[in-house]
Amino acid sequence: MAAPKRHEGQPSTTGHEWDGITEFDNPLPRWWLWVFYACIVWSIAYWIVMPAWPLISSHTKGVLGYSQRAVVERQLERNRDAQSSYVDRIRTASLEQIRNDQELLSFALAGGRSAFAVNCSQCHGSGAQGSAGYPNLNDDSWLWGGKLADISYTIQHGIRNGSDDARTNEMPAFGRDELLEPAQVNDVVEYVVSLSGRPANAAAAERGKALFAEQCVTCHGENAKGNPELGAPNLTDDIWLYGGDRAAIRETVHNSRGGVMPAWKDRLSPETIKQLTIYVHALGGGR
Amino acid sequence: MDGKAGSEVTAAPGVAQIDVEAVNAAEKRPLYEKRRKIFPRRARGTFRKVKWAVLCVTLGIYYLLPWVRWDRGPNAPDQAVLVDFPGRRFYFFFIEIWPQEVYYITGLLIIAALSLFLVTSVAGRVWCGYACPQTVWTDLFIWVERMIEGDRNARMRLDRARWTGGKIVKRLIKHAAWIVIGVCTGGAWVFYFADAPTLAGQLVHFDAPLVSYIFIALLTFTTYMLAGHAREQVCTYMCPWPRIQGAMLDEHSMLVTYRAWRGEPRGSHKKGDSWEGRGDCVDCNSCVVVCPMGIDIRDGNQLECINCALCIDACDEVMAKVDRPRGLIAYDTIAGLESRTTGAALRPKLFRARTMIYAVVIAIVGIVMLVTLTSRSDTDVNVLRDRNPLYVKLSDGQFRNGYTLKILNKQHEMRTFRIGTAGLKDATVSIVGNNAGDTVSVGSDRLRSLRIYVTAPVAATAGGVTDFDFVVTDTSSGAAFTHASTFRRAP
Repeated sequence: MAAPKRHEGQPSTTGHEWDGITEFDNPLPRWWLWVFYACIVWSIAYWIVMPAWPLISSHTKGVLGYSQRAVVERQLERNRDAQSSYVDRIRTASLEQIRNDQELLSFALAGGRSAFAVNCSQCHGSGAQGSAGYPNLNDDSWLWGGKLADISYTIQHGIRNGSDDARTNEMPAFGRDELLEPAQVNDVVEYVVSLSGRPANAAAAERGKALFAEQCVTCHGENAKGNPELGAPNLTDDIWLYGGDRAAIRETVHNSRGGVMPAWKDRLSPETIKQLTIYVHALGGGR
Repeated sequence: MDGKAGSEVTAAPGVAQIDVEAVNAAEKRPLYEKRRKIFPRRARGTFRKVKWAVLCVTLGIYYLLPWVRWDRGPNAPDQAVLVDFPGRRFYFFFIEIWPQEVYYITGLLIIAALSLFLVTSVAGRVWCGYACPQTVWTDLFIWVERMIEGDRNARMRLDRARWTGGKIVKRLIKHAAWIVIGVCTGGAWVFYFADAPTLAGQLVHFDAPLVSYIFIALLTFTTYMLAGHAREQVCTYMCPWPRIQGAMLDEHSMLVTYRAWRGEPRGSHKKGDSWEGRGDCVDCNSCVVVCPMGIDIRDGNQLECINCALCIDACDEVMAKVDRPRGLIAYDTIAGLESRTTGAALRPKLFRARTMIYAVVIAIVGIVMLVTLTSRSDTDVNVLRDRNPLYVKLSDGQFRNGYTLKILNKQHEMRTFRIGTAGLKDATVSIVGNNAGDTVSVGSDRLRSLRIYVTAPVAATAGGVTDFDFVVTDTSSGAAFTHASTFRRAP
């Protein structure tokens, strides 16, 4: 193997050779060395002033006392300060006033959206679309009323959660408690199906209508349009909390249903509840 | 290195032979060695004049452009070229670019790159030699250096001299002048980002934003370092262009070349000697000492050569003195060089596949940009469909869909828009939190985001998905802007 051609003044090789390839033993560029030394000095200074070394149960804090947690706390505090002027106005304003004030409305909608995502979306869904047993808040079919005051009350006190102020009702379990014979339950189901304009067994529905007039009109009303005072749903609009097919309706009539919603008045601030109310009302179904 | 300024050695009558070796000669250059300083001698001639002219024009544009005014009416800045970061606008004379139209910048960069390719394949590295900021500012800095310390020989003497008072004073003046130019460079830069007269006042009274001082300092530093100290190292070690240009050149590209067929064999020439049997090059090394890159052009086409053509000027001066034809060093093509050795002159080929393709692509990009620029609207409408829930069934059997509608008003005045739909029979539109029915106002230069509910009966829809348009109408001008969307219902 011929030695590689070398020029005058070039450094010698490291002495290593791989398949005839040798490596020059060049000095490191001076600028590179200086940067390297500067980095070492910098890192030592960094250990002293910044949190750096893990200890058994803690870590070195550094003379500057920097902490990312403290930074986040400060940022949150700053955000709260920045929002405080709006939050103060929301605290004193009525729901109607907030709705009619463009600025407060925008703030409440944004604040309500984030509060909803944190507290409500677990049951009602991220788009408030609901699911079986958890009502869709976008539509205009309200169990307990869709006015601002109604929504606000429901959020504050919840439904069937055992507290004194909670919205509460109880549908009888007509089948289980033997208030109706199984055949009669079937007749009522046929009638309820026919109420929303769907094809049903006419004879059975006719028998069911009579039973409905006996047993159900107290709460659901003579025309079956429901009663928000009692939380009785409208049975004619083809919007179903637990599903609208015969099996689901039979289950409801036989066993009754009753979902639970927590009371939020002790968990959320009044301002947050106001923002949530405005947000839910603005989802499209508010009256 | 030379230094014997009044050297007795002559290359030809009236032409001194300078004892110098090219600093950057490829075969002599060790990989690791402290940079050897280059002291370019002053050149005189056509190309030097062209370079001064280009220097004046480019620096003039750079320093003065922020001060050019351009009336855009009320509510808009009157600076012709302005990058307005707080207002998120880029103003260039009659063109106004919004942040979402930043692809125009992409187009400009593509055109700039392709133009560089085109110019390079036609005329070699003229960008490097004449117009590159590194070349222009280095030229300016070398001129300042010469004004203060003198020409090449004086500068070399001063460099070797001990640190006397005179040397310190000269060096102080030189570096101070460089720093002043650097400050002006940084100062001009920040004027592109704010109203120049206002910012100038603020800068003087030290109440300008901190960031402008930071940028002035940064550009002062880079100008001082790159043009004053790094100089040719920027081109040889930092800039990728010398590497790329190898792919841009072909045998028809104009290059600064030494015509070896005419010059060799070189050697000094005595008065009365015959020119028979020898080359025209008298080996005076003038071409080497004027070179700002520290190379010897007679070694052939080199990576370091920025094609500044100062060696052409230097050589032509000598050729005139020894009474030989000019153009021993000249712009020529490799093909031309070869054909001339056999005596046949060859014109540079301007129209060839490479240049044609570059030109066509430039034209296409330019036309596309021009068409989009002239056809763009002063209003943008954008619709985002709610995905969750996709649709809402209402108690009266109708369906409702939710949308986020964004209206961008690019005019400099507030406008009112009416929002409606087309292609969806009996549809009703409601805007969340809007007290003015179906009309909304959008402030000048503003984007307004609206929550829109569209409600339609089942009869209006063809199936699960119905296409329709949002129609946003300017109530004063009647101009309508549409955006397609879909309406969904339970199948």
